[in-house]
Amino acid sequence: MSELTACERLDIIRHKGRPTALDYIPMIFDEFFEMHGDRLYGDDHAIMGGVASFKGIPVTVIAEVKGRNLAENQKCNFGMPHPEGYRKALRLAKQAEKFHRPVICLVDTAGAFCGVEAEQRGQGEAIARNIMEFMTLRTPVISIILGEGGSGGALALAVCDELAMLENASYTVISPRGFASILWKDSSREREACNVMKSTAEELTRLKVCDYIIAEADGGAHNDPQLTAENISDYISGALERKLQKGLDELIKGRYNKFRVVGEFEELPHSDNGSGLVPDEDVSEV
Amino acid sequence: MLEDLFSVVKVRFNGEKSDKPDGEKKDNKTDIPKGLLFKCPRCRCVTFEEEFEKNIKVCPQCNYHSRITARERLEITVDKGSFEEFDRDMISKNPIDFPDYDKKQQALREKTGLNDAVLTGKAKIRGEEIIIIVMDSNYMMASMGSVVGEKITRAIEYATANRLPVIAFTASGGARMQEGIVSLMQMAKTSGAVARHNEAGLLYIAVMTDPTTGGVTASFASLGDIIIAEPKVLIGFAGRRVIEGTIRQKLPDDFQSAEFMLENGFVDMIVERKKMRRVIAHLLKLHKPKEGTTE
Ligand SMILES: [Zn+2]
Repeated sequence: MSELTACERLDIIRHKGRPTALDYIPMIFDEFFEMHGDRLYGDDHAIMGGVASFKGIPVTVIAEVKGRNLAENQKCNFGMPHPEGYRKALRLAKQAEKFHRPVICLVDTAGAFCGVEAEQRGQGEAIARNIMEFMTLRTPVISIILGEGGSGGALALAVCDELAMLENASYTVISPRGFASILWKDSSREREACNVMKSTAEELTRLKVCDYIIAEADGGAHNDPQLTAENISDYISGALERKLQKGLDELIKGRYNKFRVVGEFEELPHSDNGSGLVPDEDVSEV
Repeated sequence: MLEDLFSVVKVRFNGEKSDKPDGEKKDNKTDIPKGLLFKCPRCRCVTFEEEFEKNIKVCPQCNYHSRITARERLEITVDKGSFEEFDRDMISKNPIDFPDYDKKQQALREKTGLNDAVLTGKAKIRGEEIIIIVMDSNYMMASMGSVVGEKITRAIEYATANRLPVIAFTASGGARMQEGIVSLMQMAKTSGAVARHNEAGLLYIAVMTDPTTGGVTASFASLGDIIIAEPKVLIGFAGRRVIEGTIRQKLPDDFQSAEFMLENGFVDMIVERKKMRRVIAHLLKLHKPKEGTTE
């Protein structure tokens, strides 16, 4: 594992040649059939979903798509989904549940799109609904952050049994730029924000958010996309093996507790007026 | 998001009845001594504080339902003396070691008399037992960090275990930036608790108050079986200025208002503050289990 600062990693994930879901999907899955639309409004190209085979196992793949050039980026809105993207993801996840297929989410977004139509069509509701529905989805869900995991727009595809991050990927409550702008009223302090935010895979492992770190090629995934894809593939094999052997009830409980335990607070003395509830399962083993 | 809110309310509310050029709008901060008069941030009409208070802090001119404290909310919502607070003594740590976060919290605790931005507990509305969650925008704009997330989750879990309805008065600037990713995870935690409460077949009413935005809109606030909003309040996901920056034009005044959300189908009804308790009581009655409650 390389010793880079959060800021240096940011440069790597913003590298022009950084592989995206469009590169990885054909390298990792066989027979990928893309499925379109949310059946409610339209088809959002910022989220791509479909059915595929992973080493012989049928899976549902849901991926946030960043473009590799301007034309692709215009089509996929620079990887920033609208509500119909999240609703398509939910539709496909529900379909996966019906047919007992594991769901593999590839997360890569600066965030959900901020626009007039996104608000009109309920961006907040769409994300909220995904979070709630994924929490109780009765099939294994594995999420992998490929590059940027930005805010609620990433979380909408990251309520999962295991969260893995590529070595240089980040996962943040808001973009470093937004963070600097809100807390210091100065968006130019982006790089400083980056190092303050605790956004690297290693830091997020300490905070119990990230479960696995997937190694990239030396210097970043762009130096050897094939090798990085193989590492992702190896990770998925292991994760599926771990999750497919669990009973569904156990799986859902574990998923709930994975998120239930995150938070740092203390209770001052005389706090016995509380509800007295703590997570009802063994939270040490998640 | 947080940064936006103050200006959003100012811009939107000032914009409405004014056709003055931008330059003039800017320096309209009230110079009126606090505690005597209320100057409505929306229509700019000035009301004697006493009259404003008597009108339960609703602007008599434009019906803007201004922000009230969690204690005030409880007072006008639940049966007298019925509120039993949960987790009163929970305070936040500093999960990402954000500079001066502890100090800021300490100062706010002293100033507001709150330990964080939400009160939770058991209460009754016209005799019906409920779990109530009330956010308070006076504490860091009721942003959601570890304490807000944990208290809300525990309250909903308690409701699920004891088969009680949940009433949540939401107000929030969104995620608590100073807690970084830990704050984002509270969205999943609270929504997970709602999922279980929902699967148990229990009633959850969300009441969106000023302002309900960001990560709270994108989690438990939008997941009520019934979603009520107070008139004229701000409800949305993204910050207004962020959107204006993206589209490079000014947004209409009523963008992201309760009325906008109703029109677009994300709110079931808009209810005035003075009728809120009555409406909730009726809804509770309509959802009461047939064979009496299992306590
Ligand atoms: Zn007014």
